[in-house]
Amino acid sequence: MNKLNLSKASRRSFMTYAVVIIAFIVLQSLAAAGAMSSMLKGLLVPICAYVVMAISLNLTVGILGELSLGHAGFMSVGAFMGVTTAVSLQNVVASKELRLIAALLVGALFAAVVGFLVGIPVLRLNGDYLAIVTLAFGEIIKSIFNNLYLGLDSHGLHVSLLNNTLNLDEGVKPIIGGPMGIGGIQKIANFATGFALIMVCLIIIFNLVNSRAGRAIMAIRDNRIAAESVGIPITKYKMMAFVTSAAMAGAAGALFALNFSTIVANKFDFNTSILVLVFVVLGGLGNMMGSIVAAAALTVLPEALRQFADFRMLVYAIVLILVMLIRNNPTIRTFTAQLRRGRKGGAKS
Amino acid sequence: MKKALSLVLALVMVFALVACGGSSESTKAPAEQSSETTTAPATTDASGAQVFKLGGTGPLTGGAAIYGMAVKNAAELAVNEINALGGDVQFELNFQDDAHDAEKAVNAYNTLKDWGMQISLGSVTSTPCVATSAETYADRIFAITPSGSSTSVIEGKDNQFQMCFTDPNQGSASAQYIHDKALASKVAVIWKNDDVYSKGIYDTFMAAAPGLGLEVVSDTTFADGSDTDFSVQIADAQAKGAELVFLPMYYTPASLIFAQAKAAGYSPIWFGVDGMDGILTLEGFDTSLAEGVMLLTPFNADSDDQMTKNFVKSYQEKYGDIPNQFAADAYDCVYAYKQALENAKCTADMSAEDICTAMIAQFTSMTFDGLTGEGMTWGTDGAVTKSPKGMIIQNGAYVGLD
Amino acid sequence: MSFLNSLISGVSLGSIYAIIALGYTMVYGIAKMLNFAHGDVIMVGAYICFFAVSRFSLPPLVGVLLAVVVCTLLGMTIEKLAYAPLRAAPSLAVLITAIGVSYFLQNAALLLWTPNPKVFPNFFARKVTAPDGTVTDQTGMAFFDGALRVSYVTLVTILVCLAIMAVLTVFINSSKLGKAMRAVSEDKDAARLMGINVNTTISATFAIGSGLAAIAGVLLCSAYPTLVPTTGSMPGIKAFTAAVFGGIGSIPGALLGGLLLGVIEILAKAYISTQLSDAVVFGVLIVVLLVKPTGLLGKVVREKV
Repeated sequence: MNKLNLSKASRRSFMTYAVVIIAFIVLQSLAAAGAMSSMLKGLLVPICAYVVMAISLNLTVGILGELSLGHAGFMSVGAFMGVTTAVSLQNVVASKELRLIAALLVGALFAAVVGFLVGIPVLRLNGDYLAIVTLAFGEIIKSIFNNLYLGLDSHGLHVSLLNNTLNLDEGVKPIIGGPMGIGGIQKIANFATGFALIMVCLIIIFNLVNSRAGRAIMAIRDNRIAAESVGIPITKYKMMAFVTSAAMAGAAGALFALNFSTIVANKFDFNTSILVLVFVVLGGLGNMMGSIVAAAALTVLPEALRQFADFRMLVYAIVLILVMLIRNNPTIRTFTAQLRRGRKGGAKS
Repeated sequence: MKKALSLVLALVMVFALVACGGSSESTKAPAEQSSETTTAPATTDASGAQVFKLGGTGPLTGGAAIYGMAVKNAAELAVNEINALGGDVQFELNFQDDAHDAEKAVNAYNTLKDWGMQISLGSVTSTPCVATSAETYADRIFAITPSGSSTSVIEGKDNQFQMCFTDPNQGSASAQYIHDKALASKVAVIWKNDDVYSKGIYDTFMAAAPGLGLEVVSDTTFADGSDTDFSVQIADAQAKGAELVFLPMYYTPASLIFAQAKAAGYSPIWFGVDGMDGILTLEGFDTSLAEGVMLLTPFNADSDDQMTKNFVKSYQEKYGDIPNQFAADAYDCVYAYKQALENAKCTADMSAEDICTAMIAQFTSMTFDGLTGEGMTWGTDGAVTKSPKGMIIQNGAYVGLD
Repeated sequence: MSFLNSLISGVSLGSIYAIIALGYTMVYGIAKMLNFAHGDVIMVGAYICFFAVSRFSLPPLVGVLLAVVVCTLLGMTIEKLAYAPLRAAPSLAVLITAIGVSYFLQNAALLLWTPNPKVFPNFFARKVTAPDGTVTDQTGMAFFDGALRVSYVTLVTILVCLAIMAVLTVFINSSKLGKAMRAVSEDKDAARLMGINVNTTISATFAIGSGLAAIAGVLLCSAYPTLVPTTGSMPGIKAFTAAVFGGIGSIPGALLGGLLLGVIEILAKAYISTQLSDAVVFGVLIVVLLVKPTGLLGKVVREKV
């Protein structure tokens, strides 16, 4: 073990970066060579969005140790605000890439603000009660976007709730149309930006985790009372992790929404929050690499199962249950633990 | 442990990728047995007939599955009939699940593209259809949706057509009808405020109502999670003296509204839209609850006309249910394709783009007689012109209003 | 009067939430897991009863019993196959497995019973012969010349709710199995040392919870008679919320939480906005949890250092 004098944590983070970069290069060259099916090509950006969702939720659930059932709410905020930004800038900024980046940033910013506001009450609670309050906020956010009208004309931005009373100039259509959501979105999201977003989020998370703040956050997770007793400001560090996680989800939402021509509030419901949670738990709490692989695999899986036709979602459910059972099987656990110990021993000699 | 997990997941992923690769080349053996690709040999058959690859997406799982299944079944029925007749135009149908979700609809569309889809049935429900229509427009694949009724589906897209009315059409037509027949002056509306279909009809109904002397006294909504209890909405309409309640929604919530209104002792005139069709075939439904319900719909499963009778009979034999309006629209779509492809003398070796050009020319110029109307025509915007029939439910059956 | 009517509608909706929440809270209190598949077991129960009564013309009571038996067996099977192997695993792993089971049940129902809605028969209607000889179904009682109405389903649901609550409380406090359940809920390992068979106890909890789900399914569909494969999922989530609202693990809490949630939902619709009613319900939930962080009747767990 004298290859590199790196800590175990940094070794793991470099491994993760390397795998993501290699996966990107392989997929991008496959796409460029035309060797990729349209189906897989169409999945690239959603995979990136879900990967970011998964690693950001892993920050809340795995690192901070609080169960969140409303992560899709932040995605929703990012999606709607990001698309609004992209549409508003359509005639001002010519470059697609710049508009996309602006949308991601605005999406992240708004989600961070909402994350902060939600965090104030949420982080005072514990366990299942905290989980149910995040679920409640997710539903409230969905409900608000289902009733929100927003439009842009020569007089600037108009916003109204419940009814379309925007009084826009003649011939100007609202951007967000309540339950109709946003339609006619220019699809400006691309795989390269998605990849860049994953990398940025990974860098932020790994740096946070391996910093003083990160150690404080994990100390809170492992034993809140002990952490408090040595003078760690609990609320500050919890909020730091929660808001970072929300901001990343916002960026993921903006990326996701700009990959489709239409987006509605109902897309970001409880089921989407649960889906992301499945990625995190399947990949392993606190294990970013696992989250990435799980998000990618479970996004591709339902599409790959199309040959099962009517039995597709049934097979998906069975696969999900089996993977959970196999992962947590004591025999297999002991076996792999032995395997690892064996390998370590070998390295020593 | 974590490595083992990564291994398991990586295996799943590899399996998934391999499966994608497999399915993208061609639909192989397992797919043949499935119900999704049931019809016709994969290539131009020996007799020289042209086999066109027809694709479509719709919800086959989840809460909206009933609409997707109806379309899939009826399209399958039409394709089987056409193929059995052995004319020059034959179809191979591939209908994919989109779970009423725009994201999954685009995934399903891409799968269909890999399969080599030449012409499309778009998507069944509105939101997914808006998403897939943007794709078919960009890829120059012609699409006619049986039921994606939102205007955003066809707006600004020259190769996107609809077999159903657009939602706004229904809203204003309903208001006009209520006015013309002097059914009521005080009106209540109950609509679904997280649904594109319901909202589209509601908006135009509300826009048209004041000009026609209709006073909307009660305006209430429901949404996905709260679609079981309608006591408040009913009480509001009742308290404000609405003589007629307009229900721009599908029949499942409507059936609950009828039952709860009866329990509350409220019996206004009920006025529905095409989504109401199917309420009489609901298994176990007490049809007396729907007595006197009026609706505008292009299709009536009880109609005496021979074409409808045959369709209803064969649909029922094969799938066990009475077809609804979604099924009828899908059946019409396939036959409209047959007519257009024959007229244009298209061949199966033409590219999707060439077929698309030919289809645009055909659909904007031809007249089509189907289950959902006679003498249907399409404008260059892709919207259909056909006249809705006013229906009233009497003694558990639809009776045409003049 | 309109307020009273709203209140009654709220109670009738709330009693349905309450009866579903009882199943949630029971399983949570003892097995310490959120059984997300509970809502789907409800759906299965409703289907079984529907087919027994509508297709095979069995008497309603037999239909309900059959549903209870099938759901109990289903619950035990699910527990045996999907949850028992994860006894030692973290609780989140079990949660995800429960979600998998929920997907499985929904999609199996979709394949078995098609997506076409079924209308559930109303068991609680009385045949009334009007003076002119026509026979109509009377589904409820009317007071003050019909200005105030209470449906039979609501009455039955509330009575059943109270009965179940009473029986469960007595059962858990006094019976041997009930005591074992409490012991398991307190400390699994200590219970094992005391000679309690933890696996059997948890299995029995699931059996009871799933049996309750069948009754909840029948009552849910009697009140709101449309039955589709996704029937159980939304009421399931609402009931879960209700259980937490009342203090999860607490049996009277589930009843109180369910009733309050239903009443708030209906009053929010009637007096605030039908469009934002869900937002109001969840808003109230958040406020209550901030004031009482363990729900209305939840046990306050003192943290030990």
